[in-house]
Amino acid sequence: VDRYLLIASTLCFLAAVVHTVIELRTGVFRPMRFNFFAIGLGFIFQTAFLSIRGHELGRCPITNLFEVFVFIAWSVALIYMLVGPAYRLSLMGAFTAPLVFLLQSFALVAPIDTRHPAKVPANSWLEFHASISLVAYGAFGLACIAGVMYLLQERQLKTHHLHSIFYHLPPLTNLFAAITRLLWWGFALYTVGIVSGFFTGHPLPRVQVVAAIALWLLYAAILQARHLKWLAPKRVAALCIIGFSAALALLWGITFTAELHPVP
Amino acid sequence: MNLFCIGLSHHTANVAALEQFAGNATAGSIVSQAGCTEALLLTTCNRVEVYAVADKRISTDEIARCLMPKANRNPHNYAPPFYRYEDNKCVQHLFRVASGLDSMVVGESEIFGQAKKAYESARTSGAVGPYLHRLFQRAFRVAKQVRTHTEIARGAVSVGSIAVELAQRIFGNLSECKVLVLGAGETSERTARALVSRGVTDLRVSNRSLDRACELAQAVGGRSVPFEDWATLCREIDILLTSTASETPLLTPDILAPMLHERLDRPLFIIDIAVPRDVDPGVNELEGVYLYDIDSIRSVAEQSLALRRQQVAAAEAIIADHVAQFVDSISRGLSRISQTTEHSSLGENPLRASEL
Repeated sequence: VDRYLLIASTLCFLAAVVHTVIELRTGVFRPMRFNFFAIGLGFIFQTAFLSIRGHELGRCPITNLFEVFVFIAWSVALIYMLVGPAYRLSLMGAFTAPLVFLLQSFALVAPIDTRHPAKVPANSWLEFHASISLVAYGAFGLACIAGVMYLLQERQLKTHHLHSIFYHLPPLTNLFAAITRLLWWGFALYTVGIVSGFFTGHPLPRVQVVAAIALWLLYAAILQARHLKWLAPKRVAALCIIGFSAALALLWGITFTAELHPVP
Repeated sequence: MNLFCIGLSHHTANVAALEQFAGNATAGSIVSQAGCTEALLLTTCNRVEVYAVADKRISTDEIARCLMPKANRNPHNYAPPFYRYEDNKCVQHLFRVASGLDSMVVGESEIFGQAKKAYESARTSGAVGPYLHRLFQRAFRVAKQVRTHTEIARGAVSVGSIAVELAQRIFGNLSECKVLVLGAGETSERTARALVSRGVTDLRVSNRSLDRACELAQAVGGRSVPFEDWATLCREIDILLTSTASETPLLTPDILAPMLHERLDRPLFIIDIAVPRDVDPGVNELEGVYLYDIDSIRSVAEQSLALRRQQVAAAEAIIADHVAQFVDSISRGLSRISQTTEHSSLGENPLRASEL
């Protein structure tokens, strides 16, 4: 049943993607509420899926790569639902839906839903560490989306080629303010996630710790450079995309090593 | 009952011909002189049109004669440029006109206000009865729907509106923006006024002639600055609007680049409407600088118009639906009125009858 819920959720996000593509192909992008409602419905199905999985496992459902991808997709949708209305409603959704759709499609298609033979005992610190880190990933994911929007808007303004979508994108300065806020939120949550990792009571693999700290340093460097005005907004936007790609790669590595050497 | 529209527009007549027929008649005078039961006169800089309802057919020449100055009513002078639409075609034409589809700049919204004004004027003079009342109310509804459901009015097409649109795409709220106007030409003044109308409060004017700078600054609610100081102001301003008569570029990447380090996180929007250009095109390559010269402004205007033209089919579809519905409701209303008037005195209040 839970997989059907996830499929239903993925179809909702697909509907938002198709809607956006159709509008873009006809040269029109109109700020309609369709995307917001499609994402909202997808989010409800995601939540139901995670809830059922959580009950089944008796713990936070982030025990394998499949669940981790769904949890990230859920975090991105959650943060969109929280901050989306602060942007142009449907447009942020137009960019959020493809990311969530890709994450969930990959989770559904790839053979990564490997169940543990026995119930893994719950460790509240470990669960807190993992879940708060994944919510931080959601914030970084949305910063990445805002970065894509910024670069798109910036390019159109530089080249003087204005597509229909240009008129629906938020102003450059507002987008940059949103990127900065999302980076700070993500960074704060990620810091809490990393610190809580040291309280799990189990030694974590050194590779994971080093990679997680490297990612923390990357975002700290972006924020510091932004604060000291060393980097132009365009570079910060590009770094948000690079940072989130690195975060996903790191997550893959962490989950892969965790499956090889599960924490007792 | 004959509903018709007779007129001439930028499609069929030049300005001289339009001038010949504009301002000589009113809706009331057309009713009385041509023998219509209802009439409405729509006059703009691009069209002179009469919408009328009559019990019998009224010739185009007759209406054209009413539009001519009394001293010069020779029918052979004016017949050719006039067009005539009747019944469904008339309804469709009005819906297209009100929606801006028939305008010189497709999608412009000024025509909507002009049509409303014409309707109000005719209604006040008593020239509008139940049919034109319903027709125009429907036309206003259609025009609103077309604007809401298509992108027909999207994008700016004049220098001032393009400057404002782009500035808002970059900065959002313009009330915090600092603007420097370099050169005090007519287009600069119009553009500066457009920016002020969208919330700009910090506006400075610099010109080789300080008197002219003061004059423009006073006119647009800004303050003048000496011409020697304009370059250093690039450290703090957000928008530079330039239109001097300089033969060589005043602003080059070499001059601007060092200043950008001090304002790295703030974009600089430059509108260069001077010919020859005041700003070296290389400036657009600098990080965070968005340079628009006359060519790029023209290109933006063309893209806006192309975007609007793409929407014409969608707008026409909305209009076609409304024409069919309107014609259907009118014919049903007419048959109901004719049945009712046999038994009551509803015909004494035609406006109420039309609302039925």
